[in-house]
Amino acid sequence: MSTLVLAIFIPFLAAAIIPFLYKYLKNIHVGWFAILVPTGLFIYLASLIPAISNGEVIVQTINWIPSYGINITAYLDGLSLTLALLISGVGALVILYSIYYLSSKEPIGTFYTYLMLFMGAMLGVVMSDNMLVLYVFWELTSISSFLLIAFWYQRKRSREGAKKSLIITVSGGISMLVGFIMVGSMSSTWSIREVIANVGSISDHSLFIPAMLLVLLGAFTKSAQFPFHIWLPDAMEAPTPVSAYLHSATMVKAGIYLVARFTPVFGGEAVWFWAVTGVGIFTLFWGSFNAVRQTDLKALLAYSTISQLGMIMSMFGMGSAALYLGYSTESVVYTGATFAALFHLVNHSTFKGALFMVVGVVDHSVGTRDIRRLGGLITLMPVTFTIATVGSMSMAGLPPFNGFLSKEMFFVSTLEITEAGFFGLGTWGIAIPIIAWVASIFTFVYSTVFVVKTFLGPYKEEKLEHPAHEPNPGMLISPIILGMLVITFFFMPNVVGENLIAPAMNGIFPTFASEGAELGTHIHAWHGFKPELFMTIGVILFGVFLYLTRKYWSGIYNLFPEKWSINTFYGFVLDQIEDKSTVITNKYMTRYLRDYMVYIFAFFILAIGGIFIFTEAYYFTLPENAPISNFEGLVILAMMVAGITILFAKSRLTAIVLNSILGFGISILFVLFRAPDLALTQTIIEAVTTVLFLVAYYFLPELDREDTTKKTKSVNLFISIGVGVVFTTVALGVQGNKAFDTISTFFENSYELAGGKNMVNAILGDFRAFDTMLEVVVLLIAGIGVYTIIRVRAKKESDQIEDK
Amino acid sequence: METLVTILAGVLVTVATYLLLSKSLIRVIIGTAILTHAAHLVIMAVAGLKTGTVPIVGEGDPVDPLPQALILTSIVIGFAVTAISLVLAYRTYQELGTDKLDKLRGNPDE
Repeated sequence: MSTLVLAIFIPFLAAAIIPFLYKYLKNIHVGWFAILVPTGLFIYLASLIPAISNGEVIVQTINWIPSYGINITAYLDGLSLTLALLISGVGALVILYSIYYLSSKEPIGTFYTYLMLFMGAMLGVVMSDNMLVLYVFWELTSISSFLLIAFWYQRKRSREGAKKSLIITVSGGISMLVGFIMVGSMSSTWSIREVIANVGSISDHSLFIPAMLLVLLGAFTKSAQFPFHIWLPDAMEAPTPVSAYLHSATMVKAGIYLVARFTPVFGGEAVWFWAVTGVGIFTLFWGSFNAVRQTDLKALLAYSTISQLGMIMSMFGMGSAALYLGYSTESVVYTGATFAALFHLVNHSTFKGALFMVVGVVDHSVGTRDIRRLGGLITLMPVTFTIATVGSMSMAGLPPFNGFLSKEMFFVSTLEITEAGFFGLGTWGIAIPIIAWVASIFTFVYSTVFVVKTFLGPYKEEKLEHPAHEPNPGMLISPIILGMLVITFFFMPNVVGENLIAPAMNGIFPTFASEGAELGTHIHAWHGFKPELFMTIGVILFGVFLYLTRKYWSGIYNLFPEKWSINTFYGFVLDQIEDKSTVITNKYMTRYLRDYMVYIFAFFILAIGGIFIFTEAYYFTLPENAPISNFEGLVILAMMVAGITILFAKSRLTAIVLNSILGFGISILFVLFRAPDLALTQTIIEAVTTVLFLVAYYFLPELDREDTTKKTKSVNLFISIGVGVVFTTVALGVQGNKAFDTISTFFENSYELAGGKNMVNAILGDFRAFDTMLEVVVLLIAGIGVYTIIRVRAKKESDQIEDK
Repeated sequence: METLVTILAGVLVTVATYLLLSKSLIRVIIGTAILTHAAHLVIMAVAGLKTGTVPIVGEGDPVDPLPQALILTSIVIGFAVTAISLVLAYRTYQELGTDKLDKLRGNPDE
């Protein structure tokens, strides 16, 4: 019944099993087991396509914390299914690829465990209807990404890349959580579906805009939007299958998914439109502009991913304009941008996945990814070259590849949005198509660089680690499949469009769908001689021109020196936080017991004493006192004198004798207080303690005069008296106010219940026997502790972790 | 009686606190021992003193046995704590040559 919820948890289950498989099945690459999970999930999810494309949605709930309305609700509509298919489909291909990429000598058991952890978390993100559950899965993807980036944790750069990605994405995640809580408190539900259904009631709330911005912050950090994009290039330290999977095809799309999911909530607001579109379009430009200057193939692809994510993001922003107008025949036109965004989301996963795998193949074959050392691989690696060309041309937006279709649709949307007469688009709208077009030229340039620099030109074997050769055919299967999809989607785009994207559109524009709008666009490769075609032709012409004249204008990058980059700023902030917090911490963490004791006692005085004074809660009535005989008075007086004299004891022997007087005095008091057991125990223990002190004194130095200053002494005295006064007042107050009846009458039946006439013994040996047993264990541990502290000598520390 | 015992406990707490704030490890250890005594006295006082006979069945109306059981446990644990602290002080002195807490701060660059 709840197979969908189960689907989310199967990868987690696999993550738990894989370490054991890895340990006990040495002969088989553990990836062959791991691959079963995404393959199975893909088949299962694919079997749901007909139902979803008929407009159904699947909802299954398992209660988790029902009293707070937090339940694991798996919710599958077109949008979730699209993402889920990408996660499982690309996941299967990546695992297949990784089987050949990672040798069994690497700790692949942990690798596949983390990968499964990620897969489950990511499925959870796209299928959760509950915002808080979504948040939990969201952070789990950040954590598994952290673990995977640091897979080669011996390398310093891996560790730093992992740390950077974690800090940025988790900070965003936490702000998103705050946004979710705001949305939840506005609409008093955690269910996204219910929020969407009642969106009208919250859009005037004063927290509406803050909540929107906080949620967007989460989405932008996760999807590497400017200025948070800096973690993605550093994340490329991960093994290439991870880069292909997490950092291009799936995890970085989580932010985009979030924007899509919340479009029906926040869309139609000018702030949302400009934040999403503006950040997206600028990221598109900035990413593609910086990709051109990269010399590492993976860094190039990282910036390219940033750029493409910005493009998808901006399209979701433009699509949201339709919600401002409400449903009408004119406004439907703007939803085309959202359609294009979803289509490009799928396309990007196919061609970028293939390109990352190509880089992995090249790196694996020749041992470098530096384009200054590569070249001329076309004749030696023809299959790899073909895939790279297909992927790059799709990325550049050329026919006959799927990127062409979505790029054209993107151009159409940018042009249409300039004609909208709201949100100040009349003045600023024209910037959108211009930036988009310029960015596309740079996209063309870096796509060309990617292919030409790697595969054409002279072959420089002396600069390579190994001579070039085609890899194991198994490593080519996945990129070939993705490359074929790139072409297939070009010729049959409507298979995807009608079955997945159209239902997804209904989820993003529910108000439109309920009016019966046709939200699915029929995708054509040929639109006739329209502006978008001329834009593409312009991109090619200017792209070729810029590529050829690269030498002459590359000086432009010197306008953005390293000193002023966001990366430097990030490092600066981090260093400052570390330095300042060290300074502050060192101020109060003095490594001196007395200071810590002062903090504790001062807090005690202020908190307990302060509460009594400020709340005026304190009152006490002195209880009816038992009479005091002369003898008792004398004992107590002696103890007070002994206690105070300890403070002035010059020799340690005096101190211990006075301490013994206290101990034996208490024994006498126990006798007087009708507690013979206590008196006996106290006498014995006091005797042993005194002996112990004397033995210890044999080894310890004589008490010196305390060379503390007068000031410190008076502070100490002040605190001590403060503690004593607060303690005494509380103890007196407690005596006068008995809130509950004593439970001790129960123990008076000790003979019937436990067969013992001595109630204290019965309590210790029977009613609370476990307590006594554990007490004996404590004594045992203390005994072992005493023995080891005396006997065991410390060994010199060795084996520090390598830090290069 | 109860008030007097409570005040005695208060005095002992003051003394113990002062000792805990001192530099010498031995004084700190004595301080913990005295703190234990004070706690025991207060527990006794809160339950009421001399309200009956010894807590043995058949001896008449007994005093509250529960605090006694609690204190009995505490005496033993207090002993274990004192023993462990003494041995720690002994080892500290052996290894580092001082029992002054202000000198036991470790290296600044650690």
